[in-house]
Amino acid sequence: MVLIETHHLTKIYELGDSTVHALNDVSLTVAHGEFLAIMGPSGSGKSTFMNVIGCLDVPTGGQYLLDGMDIGRRSRDELAELRNKKIGFVFQGFNLLPRTTALENVELPMLYDGCSPRERRERAMDALKAMGLQGREHHHPNQLSGGQQQRVAIARALVNRAPVILADEPTGNLDTRSSVEIMELVVKLNRESRITVILVTHEQDIAAFSRRIVKFRDGRVVSDEPVKQAE
Amino acid sequence: MIGIPSTFRISLRALRVNKMRSALTMLGIIIGVGAVITMLAVGTGASERISAQMASIGSNLLIVVPGSSTSGGIRMGSGTLSTLTQDDAEAIARECPAVSDVAPMYNGTAQVVYGNQNWSTGIIGTTPGILPVRDWSLASGRVFTDQDVRNATKVCLLGQTVVDNLFGNADPVGQVVRIKKVPFTVIGVLEKKGQTDRGQDQDDTIFVPLTTAQKKLFGAPFAGLVRSITVKAKSADELEAAEGQITELLRQRHRIGPRQDLDFTVRNLTQMMQAREQSTQVMGLLLAAIASVSLLVGGIGIMNIMLVSVTERTREIGIRMSVGAKTWDIRLQFIIEALTLSLIGGVVGIILGISGSKIVTLLAGWATIVSPLSVLLAFGFSGLVGLFFGFYPAYKASMLNPIDALHYE
Ligand SMILES: Nc1ncnc2c1ncn2[C@@H]1O[C@H](COP(=O)(O)OP(=O)(O)OP(=O)(O)O)[C@@H](O)[C@H]1O
Ligand SMILES: [Mg+2]
Repeated sequence: MVLIETHHLTKIYELGDSTVHALNDVSLTVAHGEFLAIMGPSGSGKSTFMNVIGCLDVPTGGQYLLDGMDIGRRSRDELAELRNKKIGFVFQGFNLLPRTTALENVELPMLYDGCSPRERRERAMDALKAMGLQGREHHHPNQLSGGQQQRVAIARALVNRAPVILADEPTGNLDTRSSVEIMELVVKLNRESRITVILVTHEQDIAAFSRRIVKFRDGRVVSDEPVKQAE
Repeated sequence: MIGIPSTFRISLRALRVNKMRSALTMLGIIIGVGAVITMLAVGTGASERISAQMASIGSNLLIVVPGSSTSGGIRMGSGTLSTLTQDDAEAIARECPAVSDVAPMYNGTAQVVYGNQNWSTGIIGTTPGILPVRDWSLASGRVFTDQDVRNATKVCLLGQTVVDNLFGNADPVGQVVRIKKVPFTVIGVLEKKGQTDRGQDQDDTIFVPLTTAQKKLFGAPFAGLVRSITVKAKSADELEAAEGQITELLRQRHRIGPRQDLDFTVRNLTQMMQAREQSTQVMGLLLAAIASVSLLVGGIGIMNIMLVSVTERTREIGIRMSVGAKTWDIRLQFIIEALTLSLIGGVVGIILGISGSKIVTLLAGWATIVSPLSVLLAFGFSGLVGLFFGFYPAYKASMLNPIDALHYE
């Protein structure tokens, strides 16, 4: 079953008299439960693509269907609602609220979803536990290691039961050991909870955790191949 | 949508992070609200005092004095001062239908002695009509009669201040005091009345029969001369009628032609007081209006800080948007933050204003009244200021592009 479907997606930035085609005719289909890695040189449009399919940004042209719904011409609040319900973001820089506990950070998506405080607490606790962070619930981000912060971010991405996690260089700020830990968690989520994962990375080792690799160059998809399963 | 209590908690936390800044921002509102409350309290206090004095002096009063209203002090000679007589007063009582009571007066100042105590005070020679005219009554004893006035008997009524100074706690009724060395029997004591609007002690006075004052104390140039006539109209509605009737009557009695200047003036005491009360109220409102400008400045301070705060927290806003915060979630967060600032400032300002009013009373001796309405008004106004000046920053925050906000350094 198809989860994400783009047709001839373009994103054009006008800077003075020069125009940048950050996305140039990108057509891609991602099914439920897939684990996709996006690679490509810097400036090739990977983040732009993630932002568009994550409903954070709107394309200049083309069509985007999320879970069968056309996302073109949606209002700000409709996009916010989609981000809240359907998308879990994991960023390179973690993007946790400072001076706010891990627990409250994880509760954040549910805060904007009208959950009761009790349900918020319970689900946030569960999500943190699933990420192996029990005992760290009341730590602030600056009291956590990078790997722990990224696990809080993953817990936040999961807590509203989004079908897809969009991770833009999630291991970019982490050392090798933490990166592997994070990737093992992500693989587990994909295998056991059937959560679709789309991941941007520069590293072959990280991409190797996925099952399909899409390569971008100059805003275009230049290759799209399954990963050979090395047993 | 996110609930108000959660939003409120978010706002409080944000304000706590920058305690000093929040406090300084509130200071503008605190000072503004404090000043408005104090100024309104001063204004209300002053006009309340005037209306209380108006009641204590007596209501619906006209006072007839010699002299011309049009030529001011220029034509005032000793002759023109002696135009009013006891007969004029009696004629007014007899012939003006709008008048209920009349009290002619011949007054002066004299030394009063009782035993080894002495006291200098104002002596008013008058008729029994003085008590109804001034809405005054006796604390003890009796009033002198028309008979006493005709016979110029040496009896007197003492004001409370005179009693306090000469007799202490003893009962003065029946005792003999000496006014200008002339012995007078005290036949009554007046009730306590307080101060006039000019801060004059009304109880520092002695009433004696009119003729006694003229003949035995202050030696009037001719029999029957009075210095003024105080007249009470039957009701507030009849004040102007009484004024007209008195003017007409005295014009005839003094044989003043239609084109000649009057040799007396009729003043409407109530009107004068009301005008004064009104101007005091206007003054108070004016001061409050000026003070509310500082409230406005406080509001601009809030807007300034909220704009800084929105800029500083651009990334936070981006994060919130990326996990699903909608336009009004963000807007409400910042509006409530501004509102919290201004309302806490308002409450502290109200406390400051109440203390300020007390201090004004203490230092300047002005009566101040903090009315519940002014407190409510100031609180409501500070809330409005918060809403008004908080809206733009909140609007700005809510309209940020999520991507730009997330990437903000
Ligand atoms: N807000 C913007 N305004 C103008 N140009 C932009 C903007 N955002 C991105 N671009 C341009 O769009 C192109 C694609 O950018 P994008 O961030 O998607 O690249 P990327 O593949 O994620 O690169 P990296 O691997 O370095 O993260 C770049 O040439 C970039 O300069
Ligand atoms: Mg990128």
